[in-house]
This record gives sequence, C-alpha cells and structure tokens, in this order.
Amino acid sequence: MSFDHDTIVGFSKSFGLLYLVAMSIGVVIYAFWPANKKQFDRAAESVVSDEEDRPWL
Amino acid sequence: MIGRRRIIVFGGRMIGQLTALERTYAAIILIVIICVGVAMAVVGRGDLLAVHGWIIAAYGMAVMVVLLRGIDAAEPWEERFREYYDDPTKVGIILSLIWGVIGMAVGVWVASLLAWPDLTFDAAWASFGRLRPVHTSGVIFGFGGNALIATSFHVLQRTTRARLPDQLSPWFVLLGYNLFCVMAATGYFMGMTQSKEYAEPEWYADLWLVIVWVVYFAIYIRTLARRREPHIYVANWYYMAFILVVAILHIVNNLAVPVSIGHAKSYSLFSGVQDAMTQWWYGHNAVAFFLTAGFLGMMYYYLPKRAGRPIYSYRMSIISFWGITFMYMWAGSHHLHYTALPHWVQTLGMVFSLVLLVPSWASAGNALLTLNGAWHKVRDDAVLRFMMLAAIFYGIATFEGSFMAIRAVNSLSHYTDWTVGHVHVGALGWVAMITFGSFYALVPWMWKRPALYSAKLVEVHFWLALTGTVVYIFAMWNSGIIQGLMWRTFDPNGTLAYSFLDTLVAMHPYYIARAFGGLLFLAGAVVAFYNIWMTITQPAPVDEGAATDLPVEPPAPRAWAQAGE
Ligand code: HEM
Ligand code: HEM
Repeated sequence: MSFDHDTIVGFSKSFGLLYLVAMSIGVVIYAFWPANKKQFDRAAESVVSDEEDRPWL
Repeated sequence: MIGRRRIIVFGGRMIGQLTALERTYAAIILIVIICVGVAMAVVGRGDLLAVHGWIIAAYGMAVMVVLLRGIDAAEPWEERFREYYDDPTKVGIILSLIWGVIGMAVGVWVASLLAWPDLTFDAAWASFGRLRPVHTSGVIFGFGGNALIATSFHVLQRTTRARLPDQLSPWFVLLGYNLFCVMAATGYFMGMTQSKEYAEPEWYADLWLVIVWVVYFAIYIRTLARRREPHIYVANWYYMAFILVVAILHIVNNLAVPVSIGHAKSYSLFSGVQDAMTQWWYGHNAVAFFLTAGFLGMMYYYLPKRAGRPIYSYRMSIISFWGITFMYMWAGSHHLHYTALPHWVQTLGMVFSLVLLVPSWASAGNALLTLNGAWHKVRDDAVLRFMMLAAIFYGIATFEGSFMAIRAVNSLSHYTDWTVGHVHVGALGWVAMITFGSFYALVPWMWKRPALYSAKLVEVHFWLALTGTVVYIFAMWNSGIIQGLMWRTFDPNGTLAYSFLDTLVAMHPYYIARAFGGLLFLAGAVVAFYNIWMTITQPAPVDEGAATDLPVEPPAPRAWAQAGE
C-alpha cells in the first residue's frame, strides 16, 4: 500500500474516531469515579472559603 | 501633575518589592532588549524594521528609567512571603483598561468609517485596512490578553495557595507581552501585515512573543509544582489550556521565512489551501482558547467567588473542559465552507461545531445554575449581573456559532455582517462583560479597599454595556441577513436582482446604528476606567480589615525558605 492522501484520510477517519471516543469515555469515568468526589467537592468549596487569603508557608 | 507623581510613587514602591538580585537581572534583560532594538534599527536601515527597532529601544529605556528610580530602594522584607505577589496583576488590570478604551475607540472609528467612508482624512495610516487590525488586536490582545494575564496570576496563587515562584518573570511576561502589542499596533499604522487575520504582526514580533509565552507557561508550572492541594482547581486547567494551545497555534501558523534579516517582510511556509486551513485552524482556536478557554477560567473563579456559592457542578466543569479542548481543535474548517478545501474536511468541521454546543452550554448552564437560588444577589449587585449576562451571551454566541457552522446556513451568513454580529455577541457580550465583572470584583481586593468608588457608576456601566451590545448585534443581524438575501436573489431571467451598490444602500442605516451602539459600549468602558481609577487613587480607608481579602489573623509561618526563590 502506498502512502498517499487516501492513506492519511483513511487513518484519520478510523483512528480519529477511536481515540476521541476513548478519551471521552475516559473523561466521563474520571469525573464520575466515586473516590474523586471528595477532592472535587473540596476544590469547589475552597474558592468560596476565606482560607485562601494568604499563601501557605 | 498628580497622575504622574502617583505613577512614579507606585513605580518606586513596586521596584522596592524586587530583591537586589532581581533588580540586577531586570537591568541586564533591559540592556539586552535595548541593544537588540538598536541592532534592528541599524540592520534594518531604510526598512520599516528600523522604526520598530527604535520603538523597542525606546520601550526598553522607558522601563529602565522606572527601574533606575527605585534601584537603590531598601531590600524587601521577608514579610512579603506572607502575601501573594499581586503587583503585576495590578498593573495588568490598568493596562487592560487602557488598551480596552483605545481598542474600542478605534472600533467606533472603524464602524463610523463603514457608515461615512470619508472619515479617513486622506491619510494612509487612517485607512480602513490599517485601522481595522488596530481595533481587533487592540481589543483581543491588548484588552483581553492583559486581562487574562492579570487575572491568571491572581487565580493561580489563590487556588494553589502558593506565591508566584519569583518576582521578575511575571514582569517579563506582562511588559514583554505589551511590547508585542505595541509593535502590532504601530506596525499596522505603518502598513505592515502578514495578511493572516489575528496573526498580522511580522516574524520578529512573533519570535518575541514565543519567548514571552514560554516564560508565562513556566510560571504556571513552577507555581503549580509548589501547590499544597493535590487537586488543581478547574479554572487553572482553562488558563493552562489557553497558554499551551495559544503557543502551539502561534508557532505553527507563523512559520515563515523573512526576505532577509534586515527586512520586516516575510513569506509564509504554507501556500494555497494548506495556508487557508492552517490560518483558520489558528483563527478558530484563537477564538476557542484565547477568547473562550481563558475567559472561562476567569468565570469559573470569579463568579462562584462573587456569588459566595461553589460552582453548581464541578463534574460538569471537568467534562465540559475536555469537551471544549478536544472538539474546538477540529472545528476550524467551518470558516472555509464552499472553498477548495476537500468536502469531507468541511463536513468534519461542521459536525464538530455542532457537537461543541454540548460542552459550551454545559459551561453556560453551570454558571447560571450556580446563581440559581441567589437571584436576589444578582438583582442587587451589578457586578454579579455582568457575570450572569456574560454567561447568557456565551450561550447565545455558541448556539449561533454552531448554527452558522452548518454548511447551508453558512452559505447565507458567510461574508456578511451576520458574522460580524456573531463575533460581537461573543466579544462584547461574553469577553468584555466577564472581564469587567471580574475586574470590578478584583479591584477592591487588590488595592484593599472596602468597596468600589461608586456602585452607581457600575450600574450606569451595566446598562450602557447591555444597551450597546443589543443595539450592535441587532443592527448586524438585520444588516447581515438582508445583505445575504439580496446577494442570492435572482430575477426571472436568472440574473442577480441587486447590484452590490444596492446592498450598500440597504446596509447604511444599520451601520449608523452599529456605530451608535458601539459608542454606548465605549462610553461604558470609559466609565469603568474612571470608576476603577478613582477606587485606586482615593485614600485608603482607616479600617483596612474590612477588605474581604485580608484575614484578621494571618496563619503562623512555618519556614520562609519554602515559599520559593
Ligand atoms: C466599542 C465597541 C466595538 C465596536 C464599535 C466595534 C466595531 C467593529 C467593527 C466596525 C469591525 C469591522 C467589521 C467589518 O469589517 O465589517 C469590528 C471587527 C471585529 N471586532 Fe469589534 N468592535 C467593538 C468591540 C470589540 C471587542 C470588545 C472585541 C473583542 C473582545 C471585538 C472584536 C472584533 C473582532 C474579532 C473583529 C473581526 C471580525 C471578523 O473578522 O469577522 N470588538 N469591530
Ligand atoms: C460553539 C461555539 C462556536 C462555534 C461553533 C462558532 C462558529 C463560528 C462560525 C461558523 C463562524 C463563521 C465563519 C465564516 O462564515 O467565515 C464564526 C466566526 C467567528 N466567531 Fe464563532 N463560533 C463559536 C463561538 C464563538 C465565541 C464564543 C466567540 C467569542 C468571541 C466567537 C468568535 C468568532 C469570531 C471572532 C469569528 C470571526 C472570524 C473571522 O472571520 O474573522 N465564536 N464562528
């Protein structure tokens, strides 16, 4: 098989679909992984707390 | 003059914050910059390059004067490690506002030129083609870029609870970036351009920006490396995506070979349809990562902070972050529908643009749901209202964008004022509103004031901005659709029913309306500048503890050395 325009198109159309779907699934799993919930909640809360007013030393 | 004396006093105090070593390094860097400027002036004799050489040298000398005035100030105290390093943020806010007023004033001028073409006064520098990029770069890079740099330093430190890694590199980034902006704007007036929209500056300015940008990214990484919290708050993800992707886009799109080392002119490495695709891959992702991701970072910090409520769904913010980052990359080809670009690439861009609506609306919805339950605050607080309006306009701009990306719709909207209308829904409604809202929240914290100089003026600004935006975009929607329809109307013989001149006559009233809407928006920006300037310069109140950013009892320090340097 020669390496030409069609090869690249074929590759982008197949691999492009696969890796984008895989990454999307990965992100959703990461976001909903139960063990991550605590650090997400803490991050969201930290912005509105007054704790951040000075650098930690 | 009071203003000048104040600036000198502020300047002196800021230099006093630098360590002796940092002052020395600063002087060395400035000497190098001045030498490079002079060298460019010599090598580029007889070319516009020389003018830029002198501008660079003069800029370096101006900063050097400020530095030398404070060079023998006492060493800063160890105490400084107890506070974040906010001086670059303060200066960035002011620079952003100055660029904003200039850029928008030129915008009103450009809008007036379209309504009354004689306003060029027969001067080359004042022609439409030169003023237009001064407007676009002035507002996007001058106003928007400085706002992003200023707020990113602030957000980065608060969310990691780590001080910036040193005190010199933030200044290098801020002042170096503004040197780039000055070169861009002055170059356009002289007629220099690479003819790539939003990437007009020539090769040497582009190279300089690469250096500045690498230092910017390094500041982020170095600060994150010293953070306390293992999880990185989502606003930082957006800011980092903005910095990283803009670096990639900028480098690839500006690959070019100068005519010679002594010439400003260069030729792009790309040609034909590859050039077009590279340019709009750049152009669209400039929208995505400069005008969207960066400002989303701003929104994800200042909106919850101001509302006093954590973001509605942190999970949703993560999913939409990756959605936006993955998908925007592929959407650029929607700028090239019906061109020589292969059909399937156009379709690819169109499909990704449609799917993009999901993460975009997830962000807009997340912002509005955060405010849900605090509507009384939104009603009473114009600052929060700016942020809410920004989220709404963000939702409108992205809906409209996804719609315009459909090939059949684009056949009507492309080349018309509809595109310009869409741009300013995003630019005025989203970018400018979130920036003003964040600045209004940030300024009292930065300068330790109990409140802004005048809440009433914020209210005035809010209504000027809202009215101006609505007038602007309705004028452009009407004008664009009329224009598009006239271009595609055929008479029974199968020839075009309207001449180009007919469309110009039809658009004239809308151009006048747009200039008026823009004038209102500009007036609002001037009010904001005045209000913030008065907040800064009015004497500090006796009761400093009242400022929200200062706890009464600072935590006991553990070891100074850990804070970096
Ligand atoms: C006072 C407010 C403003 C006025 C009166 C104004 C006016 C204009 C005008 C007349 C044009 C040229 C349209 C054409 O060529 O047909 C333009 C283009 C543009 N403006 Fe503004 N503008 C304003 C604010 C802003 C702001 C705040 C931003 C960004 C944050 C912005 C971003 C842009 C961009 C990106 C373009 C290029 C659009 C394209 O190529 O399709 N403008 N503006
Ligand atoms: C889902 C999100 C978005 C999509 C799918 C989208 C899509 C589009 C489309 C189809 C065009 C017209 C291309 C043409 O006909 O030439 C366009 C132009 C533009 N959009 Fe968007 N847009 C989105 C969001 C935004 C946002 C939030 C902004 C923020 C300011 C923005 C700024 C621009 C600019 C500056 C242009 C003009 C480019 C030029 O021709 O100079 N867009 N967009």
